[in-house]
Amino acid sequence: MSKRLFAMVKARILEVLRDRSALAWNFLFAPLLVIGMATVFSGGAQTVAKVGVIGDAPLTAQTNAFLGTPAVSFYQETDPEKAIAKVQRQRIDMLLDLRSRPARYWVNSESAKGSLLQKILLSTESGAQEQPVTGARIRYSDWLVPGLLSLNIMFSSLFAIGHVIVRYRKSGYLKRLNGTPLRAFEFISAQLLACLILMVVVSGGIFTACNLLLHLRMEGSYFNLLLVAALGSMTMIAMSLLVAARVSSEELSGGLLNLISWPMLVLSGVFFSLDGAPAFVQTISQLFPLTHMLEAARAVMLDGAGLADIAKPLAVMTAMTALFLALGASSFRWTQD
Amino acid sequence: MASVLTVRELRKFYPKVKAVNGVSFEVEEGQCLGLLGPNGAGKSTTIEMLEGLVKPTSGEILYRGKTLDANYRERVGMQFQHTALQDFLTVRENLDFFRSLYQRTMPLDQLIEACHLEDYLDRDHRKLSGGQRQRMLLAIALVNDPDLVFLDEPTTGLDPQARRNFWELVRSVKARGTTVVLTTHYMEEAYLLCDDIAIMDHGRVIARGSPQNLLTEHFNDSVLELPAAEVAGRQIDLPLVHKEDRVEILSSDVNVAVRKLLDAGLSLAQLKIRPRTLEDLFIQLTGKELRA
Repeated sequence: MSKRLFAMVKARILEVLRDRSALAWNFLFAPLLVIGMATVFSGGAQTVAKVGVIGDAPLTAQTNAFLGTPAVSFYQETDPEKAIAKVQRQRIDMLLDLRSRPARYWVNSESAKGSLLQKILLSTESGAQEQPVTGARIRYSDWLVPGLLSLNIMFSSLFAIGHVIVRYRKSGYLKRLNGTPLRAFEFISAQLLACLILMVVVSGGIFTACNLLLHLRMEGSYFNLLLVAALGSMTMIAMSLLVAARVSSEELSGGLLNLISWPMLVLSGVFFSLDGAPAFVQTISQLFPLTHMLEAARAVMLDGAGLADIAKPLAVMTAMTALFLALGASSFRWTQD
Repeated sequence: MASVLTVRELRKFYPKVKAVNGVSFEVEEGQCLGLLGPNGAGKSTTIEMLEGLVKPTSGEILYRGKTLDANYRERVGMQFQHTALQDFLTVRENLDFFRSLYQRTMPLDQLIEACHLEDYLDRDHRKLSGGQRQRMLLAIALVNDPDLVFLDEPTTGLDPQARRNFWELVRSVKARGTTVVLTTHYMEEAYLLCDDIAIMDHGRVIARGSPQNLLTEHFNDSVLELPAAEVAGRQIDLPLVHKEDRVEILSSDVNVAVRKLLDAGLSLAQLKIRPRTLEDLFIQLTGKELRA
């Protein structure tokens, strides 16, 4: 048995060592990913709350003792109206206006972090005046659920389609299909359509279940949300098709899909807002389809946005889908190298 | 007879290997051409170029006098050496799926009957035996009622019974007037099914003709076989070829050879006399034993 075991271990190690692409992933891309993430989030101590500050003064404890509170991230806000909306949506935990004396602040009464920050602020500046946050206050779950649904769409679309195509290629099924009149674009489109149908049905089911359990906030039209989900799914599927267009190794495709999905998970604002993040991080986030799907879904669900309001993210996702499909179809390979 | 396929100076070079190096032949309507050769001879690469799956480095392939176009795949069928299908589909679903990919199709009932699939139609294709699976794959190759079918080592790994059953299917395909291009490791298969044979080695065709003509052309002798133990220690005035537990004697005059064996005092009770076979020709030309 140990002989067989040894032979198996040896064979597997040889396989990995000879699969240069997988090897490159394991020894090059993964560490790069970790280093990249560490660099992006190397902002010193971990922050537990985020406060937007209106005013031109430097954000230091010399300006205001509250600004020296450890583990709280302070950043400058320029548009008070938009900043108040962020408090309402719990994208930030507090908004502080230092232009007036006494200082004014806004917190969402549904936010535990907001309450904590309020106590800290009043301990350092007892005269600070709380301002009303008009409109319905949004629970964190209302803000988070569109992100989780989008995340589910992203992972399902990326991994379901990418791995399947690589397996088809590896097993020789694609080669057999290539012996028929079926064209690459037809095959890719069929995969996209099949996956899209499944994705919309599954996501619809998940949304319905979440709605029943959590009574989700839904200000906009269900049709618009469906459109966002369908277009977002298409973009993710097209991206996955592009990744799987030539790859024959499941290890490499898994690595590439992780390389794509993890930065999106972290940098698209699923769990926390990117307000106050470095400008380059915000720029990078605009390259990810998840960012645009999320922006549109939250706008529909939380703000009741109509089609005109979400035209930009819809247009970006459409353009990305067209680009990924065109590149995927043109680089598609039926057989292994 | 009209040529279905014309191949001229076909070459396929990879960075380190000349897989096919100047192959030319014609395949006539309704005939079965056998491509034989040892592993690495270039058979599979040649057949993949003929199928239109691999682009030649140079050379020309004409189907009914025209270069291969998009319509070609509508007209040909193929069965690969290793064919994977989509998991969880039954035989019927696979046939339906592949039929849906072609404009012209053979009626399903006819297809099922031709390949004897009646008893397995609703079985998951992964649960078929080797012989059943090859019959299903042949049926898939025939779904578009092709003029030309490529069969790449279709009986490799099958037991003798299943292999013979498959030969019957190929004969019935030929009887329909379908042209067949077959690669095989089995010389008996090639001898029984092929009207024409091309033996390949090192990417070239080294012999070409009907099985009988090839044998006549290359051999004028017969093989006498005796157990090695019978011959051991005897002085025999004949060229002997030792093969494991037997000895072969090649002779163009069997009467003379038998007389010499009797003169040497051998018992001929276990003597076997056989004509030369394609396997002998194959080994003579390629210097390699056949491997299934």
